[in-house]
Amino acid sequence: MKHIVKIITFLVAISAMWIGLLEMSVVPRSQTWLLPIYFIVSLGCYGLLMVGIGLMQFPTCPQEAVLLQQDVVEAKDFLKQRGVDVGSE
Amino acid sequence: MEGVQPEGVGDKYSLIVPTYNERLNIALLVYLVFKHLRDVDFEIIIVDDGSPDGTQDVVKQLQQVYGDDRILLRARPRKLGLGTAYAHGLKHASGNFVVIMDADLSHHPKYLPSFIKKQQETGASIVTGTRYVKGGGVHGWTLMRKLTSRGANVLAQTFLWPGVSDLTGSFRLYRKSVLEDLISSCVSKGYVFQMEMIVRASRKGYHIEEVPITFVDRVFGSSKLGGSEIIEYLKGLAYLLVTT
Repeated sequence: MKHIVKIITFLVAISAMWIGLLEMSVVPRSQTWLLPIYFIVSLGCYGLLMVGIGLMQFPTCPQEAVLLQQDVVEAKDFLKQRGVDVGSE
Repeated sequence: MEGVQPEGVGDKYSLIVPTYNERLNIALLVYLVFKHLRDVDFEIIIVDDGSPDGTQDVVKQLQQVYGDDRILLRARPRKLGLGTAYAHGLKHASGNFVVIMDADLSHHPKYLPSFIKKQQETGASIVTGTRYVKGGGVHGWTLMRKLTSRGANVLAQTFLWPGVSDLTGSFRLYRKSVLEDLISSCVSKGYVFQMEMIVRASRKGYHIEEVPITFVDRVFGSSKLGGSEIIEYLKGLAYLLVTT
């Protein structure tokens, strides 16, 4: 099944539940009307939260830059001795 | 469907490295690959798109040092795109596994053994490097770039459920037959191509594993992440949402 079909199915399902709630009037109608807004806003907040958390926890590796420089020096030495042109960029 | 093949003895790894103006980096890369893959049967296939800086001359010098059975130069006349570069390299690959990696040392060859080990342990068809988990990481990224990367990732995870943590990464090990299948099914360009490959692989049910990698941007400020890149990404995401 294509992914978009899964998403549309999900949206149709919750829309059906929403319409059901409107009809049954268990929850006051005025509040039910706003449910889709709440859903979208919650989704947005969840997204922002995930971005924020991810940003704080973003793994960085400054030591890798140092190691890379060492590798570069080692490589240049080896290759220069064997006739590979590692002079200029 | 994935075939069941005995792993271990007799595995050969074809490393496909597309290059354009990487005369120094390709030499460093080759040295590091040979350093870290000592007891492994492999070949490096360099797909150069007619670099004007003499990259191909350096490759020929490397062939003198390491042998032209281990280093294959399969050049093309001009820049013809990444996807076709992989397809071109694939045609000349004699291994049963293929690794794709960048030439600029942002993908460090020291992780190659961990890719291989992961594949052997799990029998996976694809092992993809991820920068976003513990043990992995990036260096040289501005806050803005981290923000857009994180935002893009959350968007993709929420709507696409790709099955991997790093969608745009391009340091990957594929079973050769799997890569052939995916390349023929994917049509996007640029980094959206990388996304499409891994999402399609996920949809097709291929066994995908991840290993942490570190990604060092050697040339600071070189990667532009402007408005057009963002638009391209969103369009790519929408395309994948609908067609996979």
